[in-house]
Amino acid sequence: MGSALDLGPNGPGEPVGTPGNGAYFDAASTEPLHPVARATLLAALDDGWADPARLYRDARRARMRLDAAREIVAEVLAVGPADVSFPASGTQALQLGIAGCLKGRARVGSHLVTSAVEHSAVLHAAAAHEAAGGSVDLVGVDRAGRVDSAAFAGALRPDTALACLQSANHEVGTLQPVDEVAAAATAAGVPLLVDAAQSLGRVPVPPGWSVLTASAHKWGGPPGVGVLAVRREARWRSPLPLGEREGGRAPGFENVPSIAAAAAALAAVTADAAAEAARLAALVERIRDVAATVPDVVVHGPSDPGQRLPHLVTFSCLYLDGESLVRELDRAGFAVNSGSSCTADTLRPSHVLEAMGVLSHGNVRVSLPRGTAQGAVERFLAVLPTVVADLRGAAGVAGL
Amino acid sequence: MNLPPDARLTLDTLGRRCPAPIIELARHIGDVEPGEVVAVLSDDAAAALDVPAWCELRGQQYLGAEQRPVGTAYFVRRVQGA
Repeated sequence: MGSALDLGPNGPGEPVGTPGNGAYFDAASTEPLHPVARATLLAALDDGWADPARLYRDARRARMRLDAAREIVAEVLAVGPADVSFPASGTQALQLGIAGCLKGRARVGSHLVTSAVEHSAVLHAAAAHEAAGGSVDLVGVDRAGRVDSAAFAGALRPDTALACLQSANHEVGTLQPVDEVAAAATAAGVPLLVDAAQSLGRVPVPPGWSVLTASAHKWGGPPGVGVLAVRREARWRSPLPLGEREGGRAPGFENVPSIAAAAAALAAVTADAAAEAARLAALVERIRDVAATVPDVVVHGPSDPGQRLPHLVTFSCLYLDGESLVRELDRAGFAVNSGSSCTADTLRPSHVLEAMGVLSHGNVRVSLPRGTAQGAVERFLAVLPTVVADLRGAAGVAGL
Repeated sequence: MNLPPDARLTLDTLGRRCPAPIIELARHIGDVEPGEVVAVLSDDAAAALDVPAWCELRGQQYLGAEQRPVGTAYFVRRVQGA
């Protein structure tokens, strides 16, 4: 699929994202729309616009689109189609998944166990649960960002209503020990919600979950489509007023064209996932190797490639702030993100880097979209040392 | 380690965001003799991560932190030859 991603928002032949010699390296925020998603979206806007709950011909066509999409996602997740619903985002999937599990298990207790490095949507949901009278344990991580599975298991109690763990960390790419935590949760009779937003379509879905959430725009689908998969044993109960759509698990009229596009993209990227992961992993190794040779740059995450996502690498540059790095790399044509927050509006360091206990400022996250060319990575690596040195020179911290 | 150690030099970085506290530390660690202690006074939460991380990168000895009425003091002992 190497050239497939050349079908960008500017039309066929135009590179995705930035012009010239640059490249888009922020797939962990959102992946450019996959060409298969784009084609499916356009087709489904024409034949999937009607209300899929109605009985006439146009409605049946929309229903067929929706059913087919649900079957594709269910097959990738190895569940029944009835277990899959499509909320409006990954965040909404998390909010519904967490609140619904807590509600369904309220008789058992109100204790929630999750990790300190989850997506903010999970941590905010946990805070809301605590504010409403529930109790929360946040399990810590090691310096590579990996959750301590023994501590997680030890935090499970008879009154634990839900355990919640990401499949992989969104800031440093560390794969979490989902299988070990799932085994502990199963033994304790606690449902496990896995936030697979960063890994679905990249690496195999870990088994053992009761509830799984994901977000289509992370795998090349359009925005506005989340995934909430609920196995029966989760005893999930909707935290919302009664709704007729999506089995009562997600509110409102389904976005059929986008759901169809999302599923088509998922099928496409899943078919390609192993080969593309291997290819991108080699590029990430190259970035890690070169970044580590830049003076006073610390590369984060596990050194073992088998312990992290294949397409994501994060490093911190001593004495620099992340925002300047992002701006300067943008001027050079490269779109990256920074998890650090030395800005006026957010005075806390990244909660992930804080939990890892590593250098928090001057942070750069590079996450490669599918189809990233080796040449684009090499061009990035050619400018990176100069950008870092120039910024240090301008800040008067060179040689400190 | 008993805190607070007897700091030879205190760097007041209150109100300054990361990475300013460790830049000040890097600029002034040489102002004390090996074995002496520099205190970095900061109200930036990131200093709790960055001061120990800087010490590790530079081979300096991080001694610990202590709450102050305003901010936190982070103590670093200058290491001979580092």
